[in-house]
Amino acid sequence: MAEDWRPACSLDNLKQRAQMLEKIRHFFASRHVLEVETPILCQGIGTDPNLEFFSTQYLSGQRSRNYFMQTSPEFCMKRLLAAGSGSIYQICKAFRNGESGRFHNPEFTLLEWYRVDFDLAQLMDEVSDLIKTLFEGELQKVEKISYRDIFYRHTRLDPLDFNLESWRQCARNHQLTDAELICADNHAIWLDFLFSFLVQPRLGKQSICLIYDYPACQSSLAKVKKQDPRLVERVEVFLRGVELGNGYFELTDAQEQQRRFEKEQDRRNQQGLKAPGLDWRFLEALKSGLPRCSGMAIGLDRLLMLMTNSAEINDVLTFPIGRA
Amino acid sequence: MATYSTNEFKAGLKIMLDNDPCAIIDNEFVKPGKGQAFNRVKIRNLKNGRVIEKTFKSGESVEGADVIDIDIQYLYNDGEFWHFMVPDTFEQYSADEKAVADSKLWLKDQDMCTVTLWNDAPLAVSPPNFVELKVTETDPGLKGDTSGGGGKPATLETGAVVRVPLFVQIDEMIKVDTRTGEYVSRVKE
Repeated sequence: MAEDWRPACSLDNLKQRAQMLEKIRHFFASRHVLEVETPILCQGIGTDPNLEFFSTQYLSGQRSRNYFMQTSPEFCMKRLLAAGSGSIYQICKAFRNGESGRFHNPEFTLLEWYRVDFDLAQLMDEVSDLIKTLFEGELQKVEKISYRDIFYRHTRLDPLDFNLESWRQCARNHQLTDAELICADNHAIWLDFLFSFLVQPRLGKQSICLIYDYPACQSSLAKVKKQDPRLVERVEVFLRGVELGNGYFELTDAQEQQRRFEKEQDRRNQQGLKAPGLDWRFLEALKSGLPRCSGMAIGLDRLLMLMTNSAEINDVLTFPIGRA
Repeated sequence: MATYSTNEFKAGLKIMLDNDPCAIIDNEFVKPGKGQAFNRVKIRNLKNGRVIEKTFKSGESVEGADVIDIDIQYLYNDGEFWHFMVPDTFEQYSADEKAVADSKLWLKDQDMCTVTLWNDAPLAVSPPNFVELKVTETDPGLKGDTSGGGGKPATLETGAVVRVPLFVQIDEMIKVDTRTGEYVSRVKE
């Protein structure tokens, strides 16, 4: 306890972080992407039942009003895009309650950017370029593979064909004995479970690995794929088995977005979670017109972990939650 | 007994699993990019010592196990039970063969050891890291041989058998590391 005042990371990693941030800013400046800031405290928040938020009270005169600490700057950045900002990026703190572990701290640093007129393929190229730049040539290979193919490769199951008995058999074959109890007959949780334990650890051993075309039940803010409505235009980036970031070809349809939010609110209510209400300002921005764009968010603490070969996130944080 | 959410999982936490008390050795929070989070946990069953891996859905709660470690003095063995006493309170506990297990080879009257209690009954006994025991049986060996090479087996007063250097004689006291079962040194009386 007496040593708890000290930073958890080494002074060298402190410098590595500063250099990483400088390179990221240079990368986007050279591509004419504008750096922006948006509030951490907002009246609205994402409704994803798998993300738990922090909330707090703002005292204005006699009244107090509920504000949320943002789980990501997505809604505010899309409001800027709808207002005509053009391509933008942000480096900010994001907050996710209850997430703590070797790769998680409840308060973490996020790099989020949006590219007007980019489709998912262009975004995938850009994120690969960024990571290559940060690793300074040590990492050149990029592997792009669809969710369906990679899931099949490691499980011999088609992620879109949910046949409970063969999925149970797969879990048993891999000694994942708790799967049946945890996932029951929920297709989405089965996907998360098998992907987390059988697929993800094997991704990006020697390369930057991009997984794209996620099953539709795996996303709330991505566009549905035109050619196949069972899939969404979502990409995830993995390196050495670690998930670094998530991107979408962004959903621009306000009505569809509202339907997805309402569905999530229902699920929150069913699970006994607080339902924060819909973010009307965000929905109004979509109605007024979000330009065709793709966006990506990268966890910078994890990226720094990989750049410095650190074993846990605490090795790159000054004061992780336990000693904050 | 309290319940613990997966958020509170950490090494050392004692929980109930399939009606057995267990200790968490390692806890890994696993979350796919978006979606359901899990806790992958390495757990030692405190009754049989076996280590298993188990996965929980994050946010789930499990019952805590009423397990504590106490420092306690070993008194005697009556042939069936091993008896212990808390020196300050004179409170006595008796442990059966299963709880004492291999530790019985290192238990000497009056020595302080650690007893793990589950619902106030001894579940496991750990001897001190070092004990001093008398040699009751060993080959006389050659007088004057101090090379120390090779060594020989020696039976101690508790029945334990350890390898000792050739110069160690019957009735001498020796110091043993109970974690490895290895001879450390002779003890001058």
